[in-house]
Amino acid sequence: MTRPTTAHGAPAEDGGAVTAADPATDTPVAATGGRAWWRGAVGRTALVLLLAVLAVALAYWRSGSGVVVSQAVVTGILIGGVYGLVAMGLTLIFGVLDIVNFAHGAFLAVALYVTVEMTGRFGVHPYLALLVAVPVMFLLGAAVQRGILSFSIGQPLENQLLITLGLALLIDNLLLLVFGPNPRSVALPGDSGVEILGAVATVSRLLAFGVALVLAALLYLLLQRTRLGTAIRAVAANDTGAQLVGIDTRRIYMLTFAIGTACAGAAGVLVSPLVTIEPTTGELFNIIAFVVVVLGGMGNVVGALVGGLLIGLTEQLGALYLPGQSPLLAVFVVFVLVLFLRPQGLFGSKA
Amino acid sequence: MLVLDGLCAGYHGLQILHELDLRVDAGEIVALVGANGAGKTTTLRAVSGLIRSSSGSITFDGRRADGVRTAELVARGLVQVPEERALFGPLTVEENLRMGSWTQRRGGNEEAALAEVFDLFPILAERRRQAAETFSGGQQQMLAIGRALMARPKLLMLDEPSTGLSPKLTWAVLDAVRTIRDRGVAVLLVEQNAAQALRMADRAYVLESGSCALSGPGPELADDDRVRAAYLGL
Repeated sequence: MTRPTTAHGAPAEDGGAVTAADPATDTPVAATGGRAWWRGAVGRTALVLLLAVLAVALAYWRSGSGVVVSQAVVTGILIGGVYGLVAMGLTLIFGVLDIVNFAHGAFLAVALYVTVEMTGRFGVHPYLALLVAVPVMFLLGAAVQRGILSFSIGQPLENQLLITLGLALLIDNLLLLVFGPNPRSVALPGDSGVEILGAVATVSRLLAFGVALVLAALLYLLLQRTRLGTAIRAVAANDTGAQLVGIDTRRIYMLTFAIGTACAGAAGVLVSPLVTIEPTTGELFNIIAFVVVVLGGMGNVVGALVGGLLIGLTEQLGALYLPGQSPLLAVFVVFVLVLFLRPQGLFGSKA
Repeated sequence: MLVLDGLCAGYHGLQILHELDLRVDAGEIVALVGANGAGKTTTLRAVSGLIRSSSGSITFDGRRADGVRTAELVARGLVQVPEERALFGPLTVEENLRMGSWTQRRGGNEEAALAEVFDLFPILAERRRQAAETFSGGQQQMLAIGRALMARPKLLMLDEPSTGLSPKLTWAVLDAVRTIRDRGVAVLLVEQNAAQALRMADRAYVLESGSCALSGPGPELADDDRVRAAYLGL
């Protein structure tokens, strides 16, 4: 056996001898990285806000009727909060597990049917269904991760992608099998309208928005302020490092997927009074959540919330600008623009 | 404290370690030197449970350590600092350190460990709120060692701590390693910078093609003609 001669242990390296590879000084890798990123993020936020204001102003100018535009803005922002919550779950899963979860919308649909059943069968108030649906979805998420996805860890990304896509089809069709194709709805007892800026928002929408924001804040606090949350961020940042400090990364994967799924579950309950419930309703939310995640920066939880509000607004304003078209048209235009101009998203640092 | 007996390990069917025997006793610095590809890093990865050994045994602190998961080994006091440091980039210095004591019971212990680390590397205390990814190479290495110390290790395994550091910083880091040993932690040190590592080691092993070619007291090996010719280029 010949000794490897290419080893870079071979050249003289006694004591003070400086080798060419050694940097002369210990320069910080990215000393200004953090601050520059902040400045960039603030600048981009300002730009996006400006664009949003311009779009709203233009809509006012075009329509002549302020009420219609106010209505669109209010409805858009309110539903945007829920989009944000759905997307936070999705982006968390992506950031920590590196899984593009196509079944996210299907999970939301499961929560919709849980709510339908609870209100229809047991006469429970829809929002009380949160107390059941969120834990159920948490457990379902944990079971799916441990039972199915954990076996594909370390395999190519496409494998997990195809598994979640298959799972989405499976869940959609299971819902179809069990609940049938007929549209269902959830009635909210005592729902009334509240006037905001000349527009009317139903209490159900306000509540959906408010609860979504509270849950989003709780998730943020969990991630930033608790030991478990720090561990989740640590696993997202460096898997090997997390293992080396003794974090059971498999457990963190399971918990994170469960938390993400619970977000979809909570959002499902919150929107149940606002949408027509069919087995495929989840797909719509899935598509929107993906756009929001890309807009906010993959893996960025705060970005997802901001992105959710923006996409909610885009959807409603888009319906004003392009009457008769699918509201998703404007959402996709924004999506394509983001992919072209800033594929890492508004708040993503690097792709 | 750590005993490897006839250890064989590798990746995806490619065997790297061939019946490696190695021992680290309490309170000593043991250096592991050898050319690239000799199996130094593989040894550490096998010991910390990141890869499975195919045969042979690893004993740590009197108990079997092969086939045991990394988290369990960390809890038992066997902690590795990998060459790439594996820090949590976006997390602050303090968060990185506190994650280091994940396997420890919470409470006063963590604060005491934190104080010790800050005492060893004052720069970490100064910049405790800064994100780890903004650190320079030397500071990152200090943070990586500090994070490992937070687990209250009995044995600390360092993989190439001087990678990418200037000679001055290398000395600072190796100095810290000596202090750590003096505080009662055994150290298994893998170094590209063989001369320095051998001089400071109580004992050393020269690895060649996955098994031990030479072993003995560190300074003695540093003066050994075969070692000088093969690894120090003298």
